[in-house]
Amino acid sequence: MSASQTEQRRGGFKLTQENIVFFIALLLFIGFSVLLPGFFDTSNLLSLVQNVAILGILGIGMGIVVIGRGIDLAMVATMALSTAWTVALINRGFGTGEAIGLGLAFAAAVGIIMGVLVAYVEIPAIFATLAMSTVIYGFGRLALVDLDVIYLPDNAIWLRSISNSFLGVPLPVIWFSVLAILAYLFLRFTKWGRYFYAIGDNRAAARITGIPVRPMTVIQYLISSIIAFGAGLITASLLASVNIRVAQSTMVYDVILVVVLGGIGLSGGKGGVRNILVGTILIGILLNGMTILDMPFTMQNIVKGTVLLIAIIVDSLANPRDEQTAQQGDI
Amino acid sequence: MKTFIGRTLAALLALGSVSTALAEQFDDGLAPSYYDTFKGKKVVFLPLAMSFDLPQVWAKAMETQGKRLGYDFSVRDPNWSSDAGAQALTTLITEKPDLLVVHNPDMQVYARLLQRAQKEGIPVIQINLKSVATTDAYVGVNWYEVGLHQAKMAVDACSPAAGKSGKIAIMQGTPTNPNNAITMTAIEDTLAQHPDIKVVSSQSADWDATKAHAVASTVIKQNPDLCAYVGLWEVMDAGVAAAIREAGKTGAIQLITNGGGQKPACDNIENGTFNGYVSYDAIGQARDLTDAIAQVLQVKATPGSQPYGIYTPIKDISRETMRANSCWTMEDVAAAPF
Repeated sequence: MSASQTEQRRGGFKLTQENIVFFIALLLFIGFSVLLPGFFDTSNLLSLVQNVAILGILGIGMGIVVIGRGIDLAMVATMALSTAWTVALINRGFGTGEAIGLGLAFAAAVGIIMGVLVAYVEIPAIFATLAMSTVIYGFGRLALVDLDVIYLPDNAIWLRSISNSFLGVPLPVIWFSVLAILAYLFLRFTKWGRYFYAIGDNRAAARITGIPVRPMTVIQYLISSIIAFGAGLITASLLASVNIRVAQSTMVYDVILVVVLGGIGLSGGKGGVRNILVGTILIGILLNGMTILDMPFTMQNIVKGTVLLIAIIVDSLANPRDEQTAQQGDI
Repeated sequence: MKTFIGRTLAALLALGSVSTALAEQFDDGLAPSYYDTFKGKKVVFLPLAMSFDLPQVWAKAMETQGKRLGYDFSVRDPNWSSDAGAQALTTLITEKPDLLVVHNPDMQVYARLLQRAQKEGIPVIQINLKSVATTDAYVGVNWYEVGLHQAKMAVDACSPAAGKSGKIAIMQGTPTNPNNAITMTAIEDTLAQHPDIKVVSSQSADWDATKAHAVASTVIKQNPDLCAYVGLWEVMDAGVAAAIREAGKTGAIQLITNGGGQKPACDNIENGTFNGYVSYDAIGQARDLTDAIAQVLQVKATPGSQPYGIYTPIKDISRETMRANSCWTMEDVAAAPF
């Protein structure tokens, strides 16, 4: 149970990071709606959500790992290479189903290996996954695909259709919503979900209580890798191509950003899907507004950085660190 | 039986090699020294990365030429890291190959190393992006010209004189990249002469199709009468194309892009994804490059003393002007003589 939830049950309003970020997002939303013609428009708002849907989906996977006090820096590499392999297989004449099955198996294998490295070999997650990200990229380049950009062939019809729209709503938005609901239910109401919080909050105590700490850790990385593969398929479908260079980009930091921004502490055991949604929406509103304003690239980076800093500063003023949180040892 | 065939083959091979050794090059006054020039020479290629079409084409061409002329060809792949590239270059300078072919990541990063290589007596050919340091040869595209062509296509397609809205949008890569900066200068210079064309958006997507998609989908919704999108690289512009397709505006918004002219580009022109395409024809560049290698190795000038350029003649491709040989495939490259 996170601090914010406890507070809200008591009926009080506390300046948690989630609330701060939500407030900033709301301010920006109102500001843009008033000032920018065309911002407050159903189709624009839908595309706003669609544009951060992939980030949000990855954020949910990352969030699940972070809640269990882990981190998956290999998520983007897993996404890029497993999907690239799938598309390469389709190009080589495999059926779409078979190709997706193999891609999924690859992603799952990656997740299990990472989980075992973290849970059983006891390598700190940040190093294990960072190293794995390089291994995945290198292995993928060596054995799975030989080009940076792989195009989805015209005959992969149903793979193309997963990014169409349904009743005017882009499907990626629907996938994002469905995953958010599933993740919410999973984290909130299933035994495994509660275990993740317990492990993230205090691993040793969780273990003494009889929670299968190590297998649960493996499952976390398995989940994040499979979600990464799903996000990759949606991207591939949308762009009709896969570019494996994203594996070496800074995208994984954007994913961590939406997780942390929303208030899921890297120390684990805190937060939930709502935090990720808030973080994702803030980034979405910012990006959309700045695009409409036609703001130059460097300026956009300054604005993004400043908004993040403000969120962090307000949070550290509102929730000063104490001995207990300091001892938790977040990253 | 197997050994018999093996022996026969070996004997035949031996005969073959003897006979080629015996065959004298007809002396026309130049050919023998021409072939002698390349024997045992070492040519090293330092690409940006070997994982995309352009360096693969150039490398294949050099490999073919190396086999034909008897020089040793090798590749040092820094895989997009300019640090690794600079390190490779430093090592190469001490290894003293007979010729370096360098694909610059930007205009500055290798400049001093290239000059040092020349000082050490190693001739250097730069390909497709020229460093501030001028070396023995530059083979590749003039990015300014690419920008001019793209801008002209947009102006032609969107001029209010032709009853169009005159509104265009631009999708940049990374503004600090020199090819991005140079192309943009050309586009701005052209548009300055056409005040009736209005740029409604000029955003950067970091060469990333996902980001390009996000930006383009917003821009298209904000500007329902947008006439053309000018994108600076075909791979990134797949994202713009997806946004146009989603908005149901294929054909209504002209997508004008550039690239090396590999087959998928022509497929995209054919199916209406790209409406205008400025091709710098990588297979043509490969021939220019192998010619430059032959020339630099023959002339044997003091490295850097007689620099020259072979700027790629660029091709504008649209559905109307497309021909069967407008684009190339890797099989074409493998089968082509160099």
